[in-house]
Order: sequence, then structure tokens, then C-alpha cells
Amino acid sequence: MSGSASFIVLVALIGGALRVSTPFMFVALGECLTEKSGRVNLGLEGTLVLGAMTGYAISYQTDSPWLGVLAAGCAGSVLGAMHGYICKLPRVNDIAVGISMMLFGTGVAFFFGKPYIQPSAPRLGSFSLGAWTGSQEIATALQINPLLIVGILVGLAMAWAFANTKWGLIVRMTGDSAPAAKAMGVSVDLVRFLATTAGGFLAGIGGAFLSLYYPGSWNQGLSSGQGLMAVALVIFARWSPVRCVLAALLFGAAGAIGPALQSVGITQGYYFFNAAPYILTLFIMIASAGSKHAARDVPGELSITK
Amino acid sequence: MADIAEPLSAAAIAPKQWGDLSVRIRRGAEYIAIPGLALGISGVLFSLLLLALGKSPIEFFQLVERGGFGTAFSLQNTLQRSSPLILTALAVALPARIGLVIIGGEGALVLGGFASAVIAIPLVVGKVSPLLTLSLMAATAVIVGAFWIGIVGYLRYARGVNETISSLLMTYIGIAIMNFFVEGSLRDLTNPNKPSTMPIGDAYMVGHIPGTEVHWGLAAGVLLSIVLYILLTRTTFGFAVRVAGGNPRAALAQGLPVGKLIVVCCAIAGACAGLAGFFEVAAIQGRANASLAAGYGYTGILVAFLARHNPLAIIPVAILFGGIVASGGLIERRMGLPDATVLVLQGLTFVVLLMSETLYGRFKIFRVSGTVDRT
Repeated sequence: MSGSASFIVLVALIGGALRVSTPFMFVALGECLTEKSGRVNLGLEGTLVLGAMTGYAISYQTDSPWLGVLAAGCAGSVLGAMHGYICKLPRVNDIAVGISMMLFGTGVAFFFGKPYIQPSAPRLGSFSLGAWTGSQEIATALQINPLLIVGILVGLAMAWAFANTKWGLIVRMTGDSAPAAKAMGVSVDLVRFLATTAGGFLAGIGGAFLSLYYPGSWNQGLSSGQGLMAVALVIFARWSPVRCVLAALLFGAAGAIGPALQSVGITQGYYFFNAAPYILTLFIMIASAGSKHAARDVPGELSITK
Repeated sequence: MADIAEPLSAAAIAPKQWGDLSVRIRRGAEYIAIPGLALGISGVLFSLLLLALGKSPIEFFQLVERGGFGTAFSLQNTLQRSSPLILTALAVALPARIGLVIIGGEGALVLGGFASAVIAIPLVVGKVSPLLTLSLMAATAVIVGAFWIGIVGYLRYARGVNETISSLLMTYIGIAIMNFFVEGSLRDLTNPNKPSTMPIGDAYMVGHIPGTEVHWGLAAGVLLSIVLYILLTRTTFGFAVRVAGGNPRAALAQGLPVGKLIVVCCAIAGACAGLAGFFEVAAIQGRANASLAAGYGYTGILVAFLARHNPLAIIPVAILFGGIVASGGLIERRMGLPDATVLVLQGLTFVVLLMSETLYGRFKIFRVSGTVDRT
């Protein structure tokens, strides 16, 4: 590969990281919040798909993509609230409920989303980080969406809130020890219900990004495991919102390998490079599962790492 | 650890009560009544959804009855579709008995089917006898599937990697591997329509069970269900699996090889799903392509949960859902509903079913006096 080709690939990777990472970021932050409260929501894949459909449909109906984003968040929080409520019942397993919510969310999205596959809805705008270089190619490659900035801000705000606010402390305490939370007079079920609902809201917004910005259309193959990878990503990020943001950028870059190589004419193994994020996730899970760091940072009540 | 395997019931621990038929009937009735109730409630909720959309629920269920079970043709179509569902449900049920939630049956199905289609190419070209070819294809599918889910079990045991997430990731990787070869080096260039491997040809296809239009996959699924039921309930291996699923610490303290049991359970599960892939290739499609990933692996999860991971109960539940899946096309055409309708019904049933878990032990009629409450 020549120097200029590697440069194009590098720019495409960075651009891809900025573009592809946003859904990962929102889902991971949502899951981070949920898991901090001591519960696992594996259903965020379904939330992502439902958010994508709702966002697209509302944007098409109202001509306002930002209203679509809001509606996607609300749809996501409905699924999150369902998960939060069902898991409150005794003897119900949160992982299994997550799987069922994944199927349910996807089913509902496909069911109501059928009429919106054809029409074209207004998309979210973007601005370029590379405009100052004067190069058209770089400016195009480095275009970013305001939602990315929002995601980074949410990550920072969440990290600050976990460390410095009463609410953050309550969520962390509920996640680390339900008996301790009960002793403090905190309703464990309510905290987890709210955390799962808020997590669903964030994941729904991540879905709206998929349909309203990149790839920017609604179809049934829109999300293929991003929601699930984001759940794995939270383990890798060791339940830190800031590390969730960084890990999402890394995943975005991994997801951009295939298209980036294609842009310089390497099409051999396109499907393998598309599988790169899955393989990366798997290796990251293998590497981080047994680590002492993870064992130290994991919320004590979590069923996923036991 | 996920507590989805049935904990050992008090009746199973106390040998005296095994002989007491009423105890077993009461417990059995609870296991049938509560999932049945969940099915009923999800049916009602789904009907309300249809009513809200201005469609007739009665018409819907009539169409399911007609499209899935009404005529000899539709019944055979249903049985044909329930065969992969039985096998993929077994792929969920067996690991569940040892406490693992494995949802990667789809990947093992796709990869097993793909591998069997690939191994068939030189055999078909070399004009090896069909029986030998099919045996080799089935063996390949079983080995590949066992290996694929076996990895998940090994990672769980050796590294503590969450098996639910890793198995689903492996599904995406498996489908990508198939696409890579099917659209690349192994693509049959004589077929311009859909990227596929070379067809194995009619002479090499798996035949039908005599007197029916149903392929042998159904017989294999039923047989495997019975074998695995016996394995789980009547052998030392099955006992060890249930102990390890009920209480891993106690199993370790007893010196049971928990790691080995986990890997073996996962490998058997993968083998079942791989076999489903073999039958999809050798009895239905005749070649490997993207239509192998038709979602049987996901419906199989629901079937296994509804059957409470009991291999024998999987057979009727798989036939019920085979019928619902089979009637999907008819419902789509007659009622103008999207093809995802069946998916909504499945998702709804799954959610309601899991909610019903909370009802176990709540009803007096099923309670057996003198035994410990199972929690």
C-alpha cells in the first residue's frame, strides 16, 4: 500500500470512528447507567432498532428530524421501562428478559416500520471538523453530527454525576449492594426501574442516529448487533462512562475498516472486515473477563459477570 | 450465574416421593398450566393489538389454524418447519440445564449447513454414493456446530466470558464467514441470481419419510429429543449436569468436572443446531446461501423457554410454532399484515412467558404439602 493510500485509509478510519461510533456510544452509556444500578439489559439491540424506526417515522411525519430523535428516545424508554418493571417481579431473570425484549423490540419495529422503508425522511445535519484543511476529501471524511458531541457530553456529565452527586451515589450504591441501599431507605426496584428507563432513552437516541444520519435510512437490516456489542463494550470500559465514550470510538474505527479499505480498492475479504467489530468484541471480552481490574470495578449486584 | 435451569425440585431429592404419583402430577400440571396461561395471555394481548389496528383476531387465528394445521398439506409444511425448531431449541435447552443462556444456535445452524454444503462439492463431483455423501455431510455439520458452540462453553468455563453475548457474537461471525465464501471463492458462477454454493443436485437430497412430504429431519429431531431426555434424566451425566446447573459450588465441592460438563453440553447443543443446518441444506435448499439464516435459531430460543428446557416438551411446542411460522405467508397475503407479524407475536409471547415465571409456587392447587417451596 502506498503512502497516500494509507493516508486515505487513516482519514477514512478516523472519519468512520467519528461517524460509526455514535450509536455504540449512546447504547453503551445507557447500558452503563443500567448496569451501575445493578441490572443488565441485554435488550438494547431491540431498543436500538425500535429507536431507529420511530425516529425515522416521526421525522417523516413531522419533517423535523430532531423531533424524531426525541420520539426515538421516548420509544426506547418505554422498552426500558418494560424491562425494568418485569425484572422487578420475583424469580424473573434479567438476562432472559433482555433476550425477549430484543426479539419483541425488533418485531415491533419491523411491524410498524414496513410503510417507512420506501419514503425518504429529512435527515439530521452535520458539520465538518476538517474544513480548515481546505481539502474537500478530508472535509467530507471528517463530517460529524451534533449527536456525537451530545454523546460525549452525556458521557462526561454521567461520570461527573456518578462521582459528585447524591443521585450518582444512590445509583452506585444500589448497584453495589442492594441490602445497603435498603438500609439507607432507598427503593432498590425504583432506582433500577428509573436507571433502565433512562438507559433505554439513550439507546433509543442511538437508534435514531442510525436511521437519521448514518447509514441514514430505515430498513430491516439496519442494526446488526451494534446494541449487543455495546453491552459487551461496557464490560470492556469497566463501567466508566468516559471509557465507554473512548471504547465506542475504537469500535467505530473497527467498523470502518471494511469500507475504508474498499475506498482504496481493496475489496478482497470485505465480509471479513465487516466482521471485525464482532471479532474485536469477542477478543476484548476474552481479555477483560478474567482481569483483576474488571473484578474490582464491577458493580456487586450484577448477574452478568458472576 | 443465571438461574434459568430448574433447580432440583424437592420431589426429585426425596426418593420416597418419586413413587407418589399425585406429587408428580401436581408438579407437572404447574409446568403445563403456567406456560399455557402465558400463551393464552399473549394471545389475548396480540388480539387487542390486532383490534387496535382494525384487523380481526378471529380471522388471524383461523388463518393460523388453516395455514398451519388445517389441511394435510399445511400440516406437513408445519412439520417440515418444526424440524429445525426442535433442533435449535435443543441447542438452547441443554446448556440451560447447566445454567447457561446460549442464544447462538442460528450461527451453528448457518455454519453447519454451510460446511456440509462445502464438503459435498468434491463428493458430488467425484460421484460418491449419495448415502456416504449425506453421512459425511451430516457428520461435518455436527462437528462444525459442536466446535462452534463448544468454543462458547470453553470461553465461559476457562475465562468467564458471558456466554449469552459471546454466542450471539459468534452468530454474526459465523454468518460473515459464510457470506465471505459464498460471495467469493465458493460461489457457484453458473447461478447468477443469488450467491450460493454449488447445488448438491436432486440425487443427493435427503428424502421424505415414507408416506409423507416431510423430510427425515423431523424424525432426527424427535429421536434426538428422546435421546437427550433420557440422557438428562436417566444417566449419571444428566444428573451431574443438573447438579452443576442447580448449584455450581456444590457440584465443584462434590468433585464434579464442571468445566468439562459445560463444554460437553455446549458441544452437544452446537451439534444439534449444526444438524439443523445440514437438513436445511440437504433437504430444503440444496445449497448454502443467505437464506440459511432464516431465524430458526431465534425462534428456537422461545420454543426452549416455553418447553421449560425439557427435551420432550420441545416437540409439541416446536410443532405449534412451526405452524405459526408456516402460516405467516398466508396471513401476510390475506390480512395485509407485514411479515413481521409473527415476530411480534413471538416477542410478545416470550415477554409474557418470562413474566409468568414469577407465578411458580403461588397457586395453592399445585402446592405439595410437606415439600420445600422451590425457589
